[in-house]
This record gives sequence, C-alpha cells and structure tokens, in this order.
Amino acid sequence: MVETQFRFRADEPVADPAVTVDAFGDQTNAAAVRIEPGDDARDLIPHLDRIKLVEVNFPVFGDGRGYSAARILREAGYVGELRAVGDVLVDQLAYLRRCGFDSFAPERELNHADAEAAMARYPEVYSPTVDGLAPIWAKRHGHGAGN
Amino acid sequence: MKILTGNDLKTGDVTWWTGEGWSRHVEEAVDVGEHGEEIAARENALRHVVAPYVIDGARTEEGIRPAHIKERIRALGPTVRLDLSLKPADPAAGNWVI
Amino acid sequence: MYKYDSYDQQMVDARVADFRDQVRRRLDGSISEEQFRPLRLMNGLYLQLHAYMLRVAVPYGTLSSAQMKMLGDIADKYDRGYGHFTTRQNIQYNWIKLEDAPDILADLASVEMHAIQTSGNCIRNTTSDQYAGAIADEVVDPRPYAELIRQWSTFHPEFSFLPRKFKMAVIASDTDRAAMRLHDIGIQIVKNAAGELGAAFYVGGGMGRTPMVAPCINEFVPIDQMITYSEACLRVYNRHGRRDNKYKARIKILVHELGKDEYTRQVEAEFAHLLTQGIEPPLAELERIKVQFADPAFATGLVDTLDRSDPDFALWVDNNTHTHRIPGYVVVTISLKPVGGIPGDASADQIRLMGDLAKDYSFDELRVTHAQNIVLPHVQKAELYALWQKLDAAGLGTANLDKIGDIIACPGLDYCSLANARSIPVAQKISQRFAAREQEIGELKLKISGCINACGHHHAGHIGILGVDRKGVENYQLLLGGSEGADTSLGTITGPGFDENGIVDAVEKATDVYLANKEGEERFLDTYRRIGMAPFKEAIYG
Repeated sequence: MVETQFRFRADEPVADPAVTVDAFGDQTNAAAVRIEPGDDARDLIPHLDRIKLVEVNFPVFGDGRGYSAARILREAGYVGELRAVGDVLVDQLAYLRRCGFDSFAPERELNHADAEAAMARYPEVYSPTVDGLAPIWAKRHGHGAGN
Repeated sequence: MKILTGNDLKTGDVTWWTGEGWSRHVEEAVDVGEHGEEIAARENALRHVVAPYVIDGARTEEGIRPAHIKERIRALGPTVRLDLSLKPADPAAGNWVI
Repeated sequence: MYKYDSYDQQMVDARVADFRDQVRRRLDGSISEEQFRPLRLMNGLYLQLHAYMLRVAVPYGTLSSAQMKMLGDIADKYDRGYGHFTTRQNIQYNWIKLEDAPDILADLASVEMHAIQTSGNCIRNTTSDQYAGAIADEVVDPRPYAELIRQWSTFHPEFSFLPRKFKMAVIASDTDRAAMRLHDIGIQIVKNAAGELGAAFYVGGGMGRTPMVAPCINEFVPIDQMITYSEACLRVYNRHGRRDNKYKARIKILVHELGKDEYTRQVEAEFAHLLTQGIEPPLAELERIKVQFADPAFATGLVDTLDRSDPDFALWVDNNTHTHRIPGYVVVTISLKPVGGIPGDASADQIRLMGDLAKDYSFDELRVTHAQNIVLPHVQKAELYALWQKLDAAGLGTANLDKIGDIIACPGLDYCSLANARSIPVAQKISQRFAAREQEIGELKLKISGCINACGHHHAGHIGILGVDRKGVENYQLLLGGSEGADTSLGTITGPGFDENGIVDAVEKATDVYLANKEGEERFLDTYRRIGMAPFKEAIYG
C-alpha cells in the first residue's frame, strides 16, 4: 500500500483495506471504500454513517471526476477521511483540498517543500465549497471572516 | 532519411538534431537512422529539447527537405511573415514549402 | 469598466508567483513536460509550430487604454513587435520564451490582466457582446454578469480538469453578436413579463468537428441563481461527459447523446441540491460590479449630424460605425483586415495607438470583437473625422466591416501545430481579389479555418472555407449558408475541395451567382437561403 504523504486530520487513520463501491453494498462491516472515476459517489450516501475512509482514485491526473465525487460526499455530510490516491501531483493539491480531500497518498512521492508552497499559495478563494473558507464575495460584503 | 526535430526548452525555437547537438537550421540535420527515438528520449530527459519527434526527410539539391509541409514551414518560419523567417532576404523563400 | 480591488489583485499576483514556480520546476527537472503541459496550458502557454505562444485573456473583450498599451509594450519587449487578436476576444503572441513567461504575467498583472485559463480543459475566458453598454437593443449591459462568471470560474476547484475545454458567452439582446449559441454554455440575460431579470441557458453548442447549435434548456433562471445553475450544468458534465475519446468529450456530445430533456433533468436535480449549498454570490456583489460598468459621463445636447463631404470618410462611416444609444455618439469598429493583410494582426505601434485613441476619443475604453476587430464604443460624432484621419494614417482605416474582406481566419499552418493547411494566404488572396467589389457584394461574412477544429468559425460563415490535408497537399473545402447570431445556422459543404487558387475562384463564382439572383436588398445569405445550394453548385462545378 502507498504511504499517505499528507494528512490533515487528528484522528487515528483507519487500517481497514478499502473495498470497491460494488462490494461495499454487500459488506455491512466494511468501513473503507474506494471510488474509481466511473463510480457514482451518491451510491454511498445511504451508508455514510458507517464509513470512516473513502479513497478516491485518480488513475491519471487529468481525469477530474474525483473532484465532483469528493464534493458530493462532503455536501451530503460525510465527515470521515477523504483520501486522494493515484496520480496526485503538486499542483492539484490545493484544488483537491478545496473539494474536501483531507489526506493524500500520491503513487509517486511529492517534493515536500514544493507541495507545501503550492498548497499555501493562494490567500483567497472566489468560490465557496465544502471547505468552509469564506469566498471573496462574502468578505466584500461582510459575511465572512475578516472584511 | 530520418531526421529529428523539436523545440528548445527555454526559447521555444525550432531545432534539428545535428549528430552533436541542436541547430536552428534544417540544413544541418543528420540522418538519425533507427536511433531517432533513443536520441529523442535522452535529449528530452536532459532538457535540451521539448517535444522531439522523428520525421521523414530527403537530401535534395537545395539541402535537406522535410517530407511534410508542416515541418517545411517549421524549418522556414511563417510564409506570411518572411521578414520573421530564417530567410528574410529571399522573397521567394515561401515557394520552398509548397 | 471593472476595476480590481485588493482581492482580485492578490489573486493575479499569486498566479504570477505560482507560474514562476511551475516554470522553475520544469526548468530544473522536478516535473516532466507531460506534467507541465496542463499547467502551462491553464496559463495560456502553448508550444506552437515555431515557438511558445502566449494567449492573454481579455475578459468579455473589454480593455482600458492602459491595458491596451501594455499589450503593445509586451509585443515589443518579449515578442516580435506584433500581436494577434483572436475569435475569443483574446490576444496571442507567437514568439514567447518560456523563461520570459513569468515576467510577462507580472507585467500583465500590473494592469489588472492575466492569462488564467486561456487554455486547458477548464472554463475559458467568458466572451460577450462587443457593443455592450453602447447600443439601444440590450436589456442590460451583459458584462457585469460575465464578470460574475469570471470570478466564479477562476481557479474553480471542481472544474479545472473537465473532459474538455469549456467556453461560455453572455449576451443581453436578441441580436446575437457573440455567436452565443455556438458555445458550451450561452447565456442570454432576459426580462420576464414581471420585469425581473433572468438568464436563459443554451447548453451544448460548439463548432469543431461536430458543429452543433445549442438548445435552450432553461428559458429563465432567476438572476440570483445564475451561478448555481452554471455550477449544476458543469457538475453534470464533469461527472458524465465522455473521457474515452477526446473528439467526443465536449459537452455538446453529452447533451446530444443524453438528449436535451435527460440532460436538463439531471441539471435540474443537481441545481435543486446545489441551491441548498449557499454557493450563489449575493445580489449585493452583482450590484458592486454593476456600479463599475456605469455609463461614462456622456455629454448631452450634442450635434447629431456628420460632415460627409470627404467620400473616403463617408464610406468608412457607412461601413464601420454603428448607432449609439446616446444621440451625438457612435460606436466605431476599427478593422484589423486591411486589403492583403493578416486578419487580426496588429503591430505594437498600432496597438498602442488604439490605446491612446481610446483615451482621447472613447472614455478610455476598447473592445475586442470575436470577428478579430477592435471597437471604440463611445465616440462623439463631432470628433469622428479627426479620429478617422488618425486611424487611416496608421493603416487602421479600412472600410469593410462585415464585408467579404472582413475575414475571420485562424492562424492556420503558418503558426499552428494543429493545422492541416494555411488559412492566412487564402484570406489575403480573397481580400485582394474582391477589394474593388466588396461594396457591391455587400454584407458577406467569410470565415476560414485551417483544420477541423474550426477556430476560424467556418461552419458559421455565409461562406466558409475549411483547409484539409490531402496526401500532404493543402486542400480547401467550400461551405455555404452558415450564420451566427439570432439566425444561427451551420454551413453546408458544396462538394470536392480546391487548391489555394481554385478556392478563390470558387468564392468568386459563388458571389457571381448571388449578384445574378439577388432580389431587392437581399444579402448573400438571404439569396442562398431562398434559392438553395443547386445554382451555386452548378456554377462552381458545372
């Protein structure tokens, strides 16, 4: 198994192996599931209370379906770990975090300093997502933190 | 003959493999035979070139002529701005690409 | 015009630092070309036929004098003294060095400009009506809505790795001057019976190898839900658009394969969900933006007549000016299509001059049009002659707007690595062949693409030309009957293609058929629609 290189959670990582979305429905004791690009993240919504880890696989970095999968799960109230795995690269990390990912297990280890710099680069965001950051429009009109 | 072309990583200039390095002038290209892909991979890894690829060419009286019009335009420059091409002083230079 | 606040400025400044770091990592070998390619593309940097090419965004085609002058300075400082205005209201430079690109972005950021998302599989620069704010037929100025979309789409975290590129256009009048229905999403701002503003959504249009006219999927989305509805359209596309075949990956294929009704159903379901997520900016934000597009200080009581005693000036006025909604003013279009010239190209000096003229004659504002011309939107009639003299002296006084010489042409095989044939030499020959007859021929929109990707909009030309590669030789197909605008239609191929001289002859035969059959005030397109393809085909191939 690939190492988790970045994790932004305080709880203990789940050790369970992740099962496929298809298998998950039948395995009532599974707590970890892995989403492939063609899977429908909404199939997991009825089971969110028993899921502790969702891995979303990016077989190639250019396949952006996993970004929607992540937001859909967070928008449905999922609070467990959401881990991006596969072809995860430095310049995708900030986008992925904004979509709700809170851990990263890239198949090729990333340069730590480059990754930290890339994640910290943008001081503001234009669009609100599930990450709780106040968008620029909210700050302009006094709805968010600061102003 | 097979010739190897690409662009300079930093400047973007069109370049041709001369056997020892890269030149902007297609006349200096050499026949890479069966070794094109291997040279391309090595030079790409060394970041001497970006997007290298092997094409067919022929040695003619006018020098080396890439087989396809696209690479002939790459070798010369835009036919509609010969002042910016490699042959700015030759008003008929565009005929070579057709 | 929209002015950046400190938030907007921080974002483009951060982008400069971001790209500088990405270029560093490419040059030091930390990332491969395969990894760098999508990063540079999302910043508008292509590797083209001769060099790197940088495409700079001109949001909804609007520029200030200072911005325009910076575009001219960049052409001199980092390129070869010229720039090319594109069919998406942007500008591109053809001879850029990779190591210079971060400095160019820094120069652009100093005048509130950028190259963000001018390429790549993301939401591209949003285009609009080049006459916005200046003409009487609009419901409102569409640009504040386009600006709202610009901010929403910039660095959108979910939609930066879409199946394919995504182009949006926003208009606000029934006369469509932005080819709105040939976009991935076209939005028309409308008013309902109650006088409320809303957005009509047209989704799944486009040109390329499978041209389609977008169907309307929702005639009235309340204006304070426009962003949420856009997000729903994009999410359905991001999840279900095809990724197995690059040529079937645009949203038009998804809408076509699902059918308009099923696509709409999925969008409406996603929309209902997203309305609960609080992603819509408040109306106060729209109002903040609108204030910045308020009218300039138009003078009142101006004379509304012109001295037309100079015939060259009168011809230019008749061709290149449009009625302004304020008496005493006109909208001026500067043609970048001189006879025998390269469509859309302008020298650094010309670009700077247009910037200066905007300051002196047009309240500091210019527009880029999708037909590759430049607009000065607010010119006093009393100053028009002086303006024209300055334009004419700089080679910018060509009187041919919407005539056969006002050709849209992609860069073609002279510059573009995707092209199959050259476009510009064909445009130059046509422009020269018809220069003496273009007033007689009247309105005729001729559009040339050098490959099937259709950047030259050939499907939407009254006469369209498509360059193809036939066994290594350039060959040109002729299309007739396309149109953009309120009467959008796609052109039909006449038959076998031609060589470079043959296509010019074929265009002449087509215009001869038109002139012989024209009734009353008919345009070429009207006559074609009335008499059909047969007489044209007979003249061309008979």
